[in-house]
Amino acid sequence: MLVGCQGVQSALDPAGAEARAISTLFVAMVLTGGAVWLGVASILWFAMRQGRAVVAEQSASRLIFWGGAVFPSVTLITLLGYAFWLMPSLRPFATASEAALRIEVTGRQYWWQVAYHRSGPPILAANEIRLPVGSRIEFSLKSDDVIHSFWIPSLGGKMDMIPGRANRLSLLADKPGVFRGACAEYCGSSHALMALTAVVMEPAAFDAWLMTEAKASINAGGEGGALFVHHGCGSCHRVAGTEASGTLGPDLSHLGSRQMLAAGIIANTEDNIARFIAAPDAIKPGANMPAFSMLPQEDIRAIAVWLKRLE
Amino acid sequence: MRLLPKEVDSLWTLFTAPVVWAGHFLICYVSVAIFCAKPGLLSFEFGSLRLGIALVTGATLVAITLSALLAWRQWGFGAHDPPHDDPTRHDRILFQGFATLLLSGLSFVAVVMTALPAMFMTECLR
Repeated sequence: MLVGCQGVQSALDPAGAEARAISTLFVAMVLTGGAVWLGVASILWFAMRQGRAVVAEQSASRLIFWGGAVFPSVTLITLLGYAFWLMPSLRPFATASEAALRIEVTGRQYWWQVAYHRSGPPILAANEIRLPVGSRIEFSLKSDDVIHSFWIPSLGGKMDMIPGRANRLSLLADKPGVFRGACAEYCGSSHALMALTAVVMEPAAFDAWLMTEAKASINAGGEGGALFVHHGCGSCHRVAGTEASGTLGPDLSHLGSRQMLAAGIIANTEDNIARFIAAPDAIKPGANMPAFSMLPQEDIRAIAVWLKRLE
Repeated sequence: MRLLPKEVDSLWTLFTAPVVWAGHFLICYVSVAIFCAKPGLLSFEFGSLRLGIALVTGATLVAITLSALLAWRQWGFGAHDPPHDDPTRHDRILFQGFATLLLSGLSFVAVVMTALPAMFMTECLR
């Protein structure tokens, strides 16, 4: 059963400062709740064993006053105070000097648009977030359609993405690894299929990755790219280094370097890319992308092979 | 002249503590909501708002304690044990005093819980 408490998407297996505080709060609440339950169950057991024995009215009143009024009030106020005391550390804001990198994540039905902001033009991506370990990163959370909620349980608490608002969240990852995030607010038929990969990297590796991401993929040319543009994929998708510059769908520049496909739900393979192009609805019901099954099979395959090579 | 009347024979004594609790809740909730959501309306610091809430909470707790003392007096300082269920004026007054005392205790705890967040929240992003 304890296996469920570990893994890439567990608030009980923290890899970030905020998630660690939440996990401690959870353990404190469960232990205190368990102790109270044991106490009440013991009193019940004692009372049942006493049968119909008469209890002095004064001691009964005393028990009700201390056990029924004073104890619950003190316990609840203590637990509430502890939770409130933790709260400022659960929602810290990056200071001006720390906020050298700001990641803007916009929730769309049913994927995530990602933009890395630092000096220079923003670096665009989708459905995968990379973070340097040990630095506090500021997130700016938005939505373009309905309310979504951004949640990477291993790194911190959730925060809603509300149309017309930019919510701030900051996360400090303290362990490198690959984690999974999810949309935590029902947003439509494929809400359960709206996941996110969060890759926490060593700072040097992260900087190198960001440098690569800022440039067009070296494989951006070729026949697959020409077919991609020819069949109109570029009116919704952007691929850096090509004519494709649409913004309605996920940015596909460097798609090949992403761990997962279709917002964290299937493995990133040529077969899966081809399947998605031919019938997006079969993988993600309600997705806005129309099916392109009318394209020749070899064109779909060529586009899939090309996309997988965009690293 | 007495500061407090010798006997208050009105149902209002029963409601005093919960009404004060409700007023305190509204003041805390509305002031923080306006402060955080409408930065243009209130220009002072969040610390001043917290101080204001602390003062209102202090005054509220004093009012509730006063209500509890009056109720305790009406109940006869614990000289009579419940249940006060005889159909007499005496029992009705004792019952009302005891109920008021319990409600005052509940209101006191509730007001402390309402004010707790303001003790720990140090900023409000606007």
